Amino acid sequence: MIDWHSWLFWPGSVALSVLALGILAMLFLYAARKPMHGVIHSVCNLVTQSTRFISRWLFLSAENLRLRNQAVLLAQSQESVASMIDREFERVGNIIRKDMQEFPVLQRKLLEEATRIEEDYRRCGEVPPPPPEWVAALESVSQIKSGGDIPRKLLEDINKSIQKIHDKTVSEYRRSYEERHKILKGMQPVWRSVDKLMVEMDKKMLTLHSNAKQIDDDMTKFAGMRAKDSKTEHALTVSAFVQLAISSLVMVIAMGGAFINYKLIALPMSEMVGASDYITNNLRTSDVAALVIILMEASMGLFLLESLRITQLFPKIASMDDRMRHRLMLASLIFLVILAGIESSLALMRDMLIADKASLMRDLASAAPPASEGWMTNIPMAGQMVMGFVLPFALAFVAIPLESAVHSLRTVIGVLLVQTMRGIGFVLRSTGVVFRRFAKVLELSYDVLIVIPLMVERWVLALRGNSIAKGQAKSGSAA
Amino acid sequence: MKRYLLVGFMLFGALFVGACGDSRVHSQAVYMLVDTSGTYAKEINKATRIINYLLATVNPGDSLAVAKVETRSFTEKDIVAKVTFDKRPSQATQQKRVFKTRIDEFSKVINGSAYTDITGGLIQGAEYLNETKAGIKTIVIFSDMQEELGKGTVRDFPIKLDGIRIVALNVTKLRTDNADPRIYLDRLTRWEARVRKAGATEWVVVNDLENNMESILNTH
Repeated sequence: MIDWHSWLFWPGSVALSVLALGILAMLFLYAARKPMHGVIHSVCNLVTQSTRFISRWLFLSAENLRLRNQAVLLAQSQESVASMIDREFERVGNIIRKDMQEFPVLQRKLLEEATRIEEDYRRCGEVPPPPPEWVAALESVSQIKSGGDIPRKLLEDINKSIQKIHDKTVSEYRRSYEERHKILKGMQPVWRSVDKLMVEMDKKMLTLHSNAKQIDDDMTKFAGMRAKDSKTEHALTVSAFVQLAISSLVMVIAMGGAFINYKLIALPMSEMVGASDYITNNLRTSDVAALVIILMEASMGLFLLESLRITQLFPKIASMDDRMRHRLMLASLIFLVILAGIESSLALMRDMLIADKASLMRDLASAAPPASEGWMTNIPMAGQMVMGFVLPFALAFVAIPLESAVHSLRTVIGVLLVQTMRGIGFVLRSTGVVFRRFAKVLELSYDVLIVIPLMVERWVLALRGNSIAKGQAKSGSAA
Repeated sequence: MKRYLLVGFMLFGALFVGACGDSRVHSQAVYMLVDTSGTYAKEINKATRIINYLLATVNPGDSLAVAKVETRSFTEKDIVAKVTFDKRPSQATQQKRVFKTRIDEFSKVINGSAYTDITGGLIQGAEYLNETKAGIKTIVIFSDMQEELGKGTVRDFPIKLDGIRIVALNVTKLRTDNADPRIYLDRLTRWEARVRKAGATEWVVVNDLENNMESILNTH
């Protein structure tokens, strides 16, 4: 440790020594004022310029990255929407191919029904009753001038005939109405059939309409992407964040399933690869083998979904010809079933091992075996076996959230990177601004330290200025 | 198809590498000496309980041997039962059953010996443990630690117990110990000094067999 007394000129009188040191330091600082101001300005300028340069570079890089992200995001989304539109068109095509090809038959049927209805309608038209002949006979009788019984008799005869004709006409009229009613009744199923046909057509048209609406919506999105408008970009970015969150959640759940799966097969795997073999200090071979089995199952699930074109993580599989893809799908499915079978038997073995160990422990403790509870004791074993068989298939579906996470992660990381770069750029720019102002602060602070010499300097300058002014005034008055 | 072959090879490779791992480093070997001399022979039931505890605790791949301490114990003939458990848990369980049967038979026909050669037993135990090449080696001495050597038995020479843990179990107090506890304490101190000088990594005394059994094996 340095003894501060060594700095004193006169160790006996500290105050005097400190004063002398202060005056010396002040004089030194005063002498070094200009270079020090220069140093302060240079350093602050250097920091300002550097931070400005770096922040500018960061902002430019962030912008480039944003554009790159935008391009990738839009390209990905365009591809996705294009495939959705493709699928919708395929659906519409199927509807048109399947349903619309029935339309000529339907139309013919409808026309036939319409013709039948028309004919029936015509047939059931009202037939006017024949004109009453007795009206003309009455007129003739009324023109007979000579009276007597003849007209009365005639009239009575006519009355009788009229009565007869009237009855006949009425009964014929009723019969004809009855026939027409029958025809109309016969038309009922035809109308129903027409109505059914119309409802069917309506339904098909409605499906087609909803498909067309979906295509319209997708096309609107697609147009937005093509136009690169900020609203669409924002919506897509938010969608990527949401997708990542959902996929992560699903993947966490799947990881829980995988952990249960691992617990099911870790113990019995030791029966296959040995319980006392270690790969590293703490890593058992049986544990790694169990993990490998689970990862194999996940991989097989991935290949299965890839070959089914549900996911598209491997473009090579997606671009395979259909025959090869079907073979791959079959192979993945067979492997998955085999692995599920293995896991199920491992689950059974686990139960047997645990039971055997429990029995040994009872023997060692000289305890009596527990009373058998019949079929109830087999429930956990059956449960384990079922779980062992089902979990690999459930695990296979992890490929879907995985794909979603992979795709959305790129966007999310890109956005976060851009924001981070912008943030750092902003901080650096602010630092630059602060340092630009700070130079003046430091300069003034420095001057505070040498305030006495500066006052003296100002006083001397003022004195010199006055004497010059006086000299000038004297020379002026003399002139 | 190539992809599947590649994955298959990788899996086999992983399992092969795993199977080739040095399992002995992680395994442990226990050699238990059971004092059958004099009145201590009556403690055999406690010894059986401890052996059962050891059987329940050791893992597949570990080794376990039980030997009796007699007049001269530096001989394989004194080993009652020894086994290196199979790596497969099911086989190891079967071996444990057989081991237990042997110990049960031994406990029925036990005869008290005239002298107590603990040092001979220690040397024999160290030899057995070193042969197992286990990572953790433990000699468990179930005795009152009062060594009594017969005429012509030479044991006053330095022994080698490098890398071995020594656990003294159920070190009962003798009548003389009760009269002067310093004798008991000196006896234990002497043994500790001797085994530590011989290179033992640890010296543990366990008398509370009800609550302190887990101290017998080093499970770290």
